[in-house]
This record gives sequence, structure tokens and C-alpha cells, in this order.
Amino acid sequence: MYNPFSLENKTILVTGASSGIGRAIAIECSKMGASVIITGRNEERLKETYSQMRGKQPNYIVADLSKPGEVQNLTKNITTLNGLVNCAGLTKVLPFPFAERKDFEEVMEVNFFAPTELSRLLVKTKKLQKGASIVFISSVSGVYCSAVAGSIYSSSKGAINGLAKAMALDLAPKGIRVNCVNPGMIDTHIFSEGKITQEQLNEDMKRYPLKRFGKPEEVAYAVIYLLSDTAEWITGSNLLIDGGYTLL
Amino acid sequence: MELQEFITNFANQFEETDPSVFTKDTVFKDLDEWSSLTALSIIAMVDEEYGVTLKGDDIRSANTLEDLFNIVKNKK
Repeated sequence: MYNPFSLENKTILVTGASSGIGRAIAIECSKMGASVIITGRNEERLKETYSQMRGKQPNYIVADLSKPGEVQNLTKNITTLNGLVNCAGLTKVLPFPFAERKDFEEVMEVNFFAPTELSRLLVKTKKLQKGASIVFISSVSGVYCSAVAGSIYSSSKGAINGLAKAMALDLAPKGIRVNCVNPGMIDTHIFSEGKITQEQLNEDMKRYPLKRFGKPEEVAYAVIYLLSDTAEWITGSNLLIDGGYTLL
Repeated sequence: MELQEFITNFANQFEETDPSVFTKDTVFKDLDEWSSLTALSIIAMVDEEYGVTLKGDDIRSANTLEDLFNIVKNKK
């Protein structure tokens, strides 16, 4: 069957695969024929993702990427890759006057430093092969817009967007492409700490021209596109997936 | 933890509303200035001042300042 988006014969590493968007990406990529290696902090939840994966030789490696030693360890456990999806991320909702350095550091560690260092090591050790595709899960926040009490999250995602563009330039000679996907609100448990109520989320949903939040799979489909050979001429780009949110 | 001090800390999160407006009986969600940002500022203030993690639903279930004070006190 004709399928230009096939991921057959590609090995892809997905971080943050124990829940939410990362889990959907891992599962969908495996259904597209990729050998997917997943990583995350929580072994039990990682195994849940693993149990839903198909494809050749799926694998999981437990790692807390906010710890430098574990990033190095993960890199050592990987032989070759055709794709890397940096999905691990968290948010911290604080009005700016309350957003202290420690709060920024906590989020930047996971959303920015960890994917940066992982990508760097995988490139430097040449585990990411010629023609490989790196995808960062960025956001509309910090790139196209922001949200109330979102200074910390926006900063981290804005930083990722800047990084991806510079990386795209530096890695072009290696034939490695670097792109971001920029989702609006996706149905995940990112606000499970409860500062934002369901009522507030329902109000927010009404602001989307397409009148709903996104599904994790819808982000996964965009990632599949950027990982596939159809996107061979695409680097340094942002792919907006927001139900029209930033049009208004 | 003192009710009066709590009221002052609460009032400090507002810019336009006169501090004299805030009493233990103030129905704070009826204030013109009440918004999602003030709600998040109250949550952050309570965390900083009292070491208590409020949820959005705690704010939702409180009507008056005294209601919220009691919720914070019970969580302390």
C-alpha cells in the first residue's frame, strides 16, 4: 500500500512516553512501523505505553532526564537512531510576581536543559544518523501567545523554539533536520495539580474556534509527518496544531 | 494564623479594589476585579505565606473571605 508517511526501518526515541502526548506519539509511531524506544521516569506507566506499542523491537528504558548522569546512561544504551522526539515536559502555573528562580529552574531543567543535553549527546556520539529527524514538542505558549500565570512555561517553550532553529542550522551539514510542533491545549493531565479548575478549562475550550481541545494523537500525527521521509526538506520549522486558537 | 492578617494578604493581590472593601464577609468572587489571574495570585500567596497548597476547587467552594480563611486553616 502506498504510504509516504511510513516509519518502517526507522528507530525512534521518544522521551516523556509514560503519559499524555509522549505516550500517544510512541504508540502511533510504532503503528507506522517504527522501532520505538521509549523513556520516562515512571516504570509502571512506561510499561503501560509499552504494552500498547507495535512495530519491530519496541523497547523501554527508565530514565529521569533531569539528572545528567541518567541522560548519559540513556545515550550509552542506544545504538543508532533515525528520529528523536523530545516530549518530556511539565508546567508550573504561577503569576509572575510569585515565579521565583527555583520555579524557573525546576521547569527549565525538564523542558529545556534535559532535551538539549540529550540531543547534543546523541548528535555528538553520532547515534543520530545522517537523515535523522529531531522533533521538539514546543507549544503555542511562548511562541505565538501566552497564558495567564504562564511565564515559566512560556519561557521554557520559547527557549526550545530558539534552540531548534539554531540546531537546524548547525546540524544541516549532517543531514539532520530539527523541527518543533506547537500544540494548543491538549487533553492530558498536565493541569492535574488542580490550580486550574475544570470549569476554567471548559471556559478556555470555548475560545478555540474548533470548540474543543486537541487529542494527543493529533499531535502524534504531526510528529509522524516530521519524522517521515515526506518532510525531508523541512527543517527549522514550527508546525502549529491549535484548533485555530492563535487566529483570534 | 490570624483572620485579619489573611484579609490584608488577600487584599494585597488586588490593584483597583480599595483595601477597605475587604472584610471577613466579602464575597470575593463578586468583585469587579476578580479574575483567573487574581485566583491564581491568591493560590500563590497562600502557598508562600502559609505553606498551604490550595486547589482551584477550594477557591470555588468558598464564598466569603472567612470561608477561604477556614479552608486554609484546616489544611495547615
